[in-house]
Amino acid sequence: MQQYSIQLPLTQEDVLKLRAGDSVLLSGELYTARDAAHKRLVELAEQNKELPFDILNQTIYYVGPAPAPKGHAVGSAGPTTSYRMDAYTPKLLELGLKGMIGKGKRNDAVIEAMKKHKAVYFGATGGAAALISKGIEKAEVIAYPDLGAEAIHRFTVKNFPVIVLIDSLGNNLYETGPEQYREI
Amino acid sequence: MREITVQQIEEKVKSLFLAAGTDIGEDISACLKHSRDNEPSPVGKNVLEQIIKNNQIAADEKLPICQDTGMAVVFAEIGQDVHIAGGSFEDAVNRGVKSAYQDGYFRKSIVSEPLFNRKNTQDNTPAVIHVKLVDGSSIKLSAVAKGFGSENMSAIKMLVPADGVEGVKKFVLDTVRNAGPNPCPPIIVGIGIGGSFEKAAIMAKKCTAKPLDQNNPDERYARLEEELLKDINRLGIGPGGLGGKTTALKVHIEYAPTHIAGMPVAINICCHAARHKTATI
Repeated sequence: MQQYSIQLPLTQEDVLKLRAGDSVLLSGELYTARDAAHKRLVELAEQNKELPFDILNQTIYYVGPAPAPKGHAVGSAGPTTSYRMDAYTPKLLELGLKGMIGKGKRNDAVIEAMKKHKAVYFGATGGAAALISKGIEKAEVIAYPDLGAEAIHRFTVKNFPVIVLIDSLGNNLYETGPEQYREI
Repeated sequence: MREITVQQIEEKVKSLFLAAGTDIGEDISACLKHSRDNEPSPVGKNVLEQIIKNNQIAADEKLPICQDTGMAVVFAEIGQDVHIAGGSFEDAVNRGVKSAYQDGYFRKSIVSEPLFNRKNTQDNTPAVIHVKLVDGSSIKLSAVAKGFGSENMSAIKMLVPADGVEGVKKFVLDTVRNAGPNPCPPIIVGIGIGGSFEKAAIMAKKCTAKPLDQNNPDERYARLEEELLKDINRLGIGPGGLGGKTTALKVHIEYAPTHIAGMPVAINICCHAARHKTATI
């Protein structure tokens, strides 16, 4: 279990060295998207239309932040459960998405696509949303403002703490972690 | 006949949701700290530490504990000697929800229709309202802000009498095991046994908003709550689902009379951010 500080966007080298269980501090820019934005992105991709941002080597954070109170860059902003994005994820990985931040299990199709296209799935602590928002320095809506909290935001993060849940070889912390403590 | 105005109801609902969204209950706080001190998994301990820190920041800065500020569920016990004056009870509750979610900078997460166009109502209304008519001349309101990461992991099953205690245990353990990391463990497990299909589900929901230090007054059910908690915490899921011995903080059971042919069991899972407040007017 290593500890790394990584500058976004991710490089191929970053992705290949990370292993499930590693702790990582991310700095730089990433994009937010949840169910509704994923649906639109994949619809565009299937029609071979341009996406609202260049997805190559980018990281998507599954979050719908709370509104920002005065003096805050963003409101509380913890991860949402990732499996709802599974149906759309292989297509985005095919287009060059390298990193995902969320919480919870992924299906086999996503894990296979991660192995094939070399990508990494990070976890942030679900329900630690006020704490997590402290690592987000800037937030701007770059697409789909009609979706409100589900709009695509560009976040600038600094030392944003995540843990590698599934690496590019398919190692899965949700399998190996609980196994050590399972009694029944 | 005592008169309670819709303004009083609106203000009470607003203040309950504002408090629920930012201030975790003392019972949950104490339980999280106790779990952190006893969690053998270093990764799990770290997750619990982050949750405790988060809840402190939320309370100090009046920030939402979780960005999913939930669907507003209100349990109202209305005394039959109360006259509600000045308008509709439901509208008053929804106005209270709306202003809490606006003033608190809470996320608006409700869509007006579930299947076809899923358009956001922009004010987190309508609330789900459960009204019970009771004796007396007061109104008791419980505001529950229910996140959907855990709501989605809930389940209901129409067991049959022959399934017995073992059948209930198996259903609960299977549901929690399948949920794994998704509902943001450590979780609170609310279980409704008996009644009818919908009665079981409502009992399960109510269970997620009970004080953690309270057990079912029926010894047999209290024992089952304890046994289930022990078994759940042997599944290994742990804080954040990353492995450990703190998968649930509490199991609550409510039961009701049921039909000779049936044994409905509903399991409502709640994340560690179990946000609820109660007050009486």
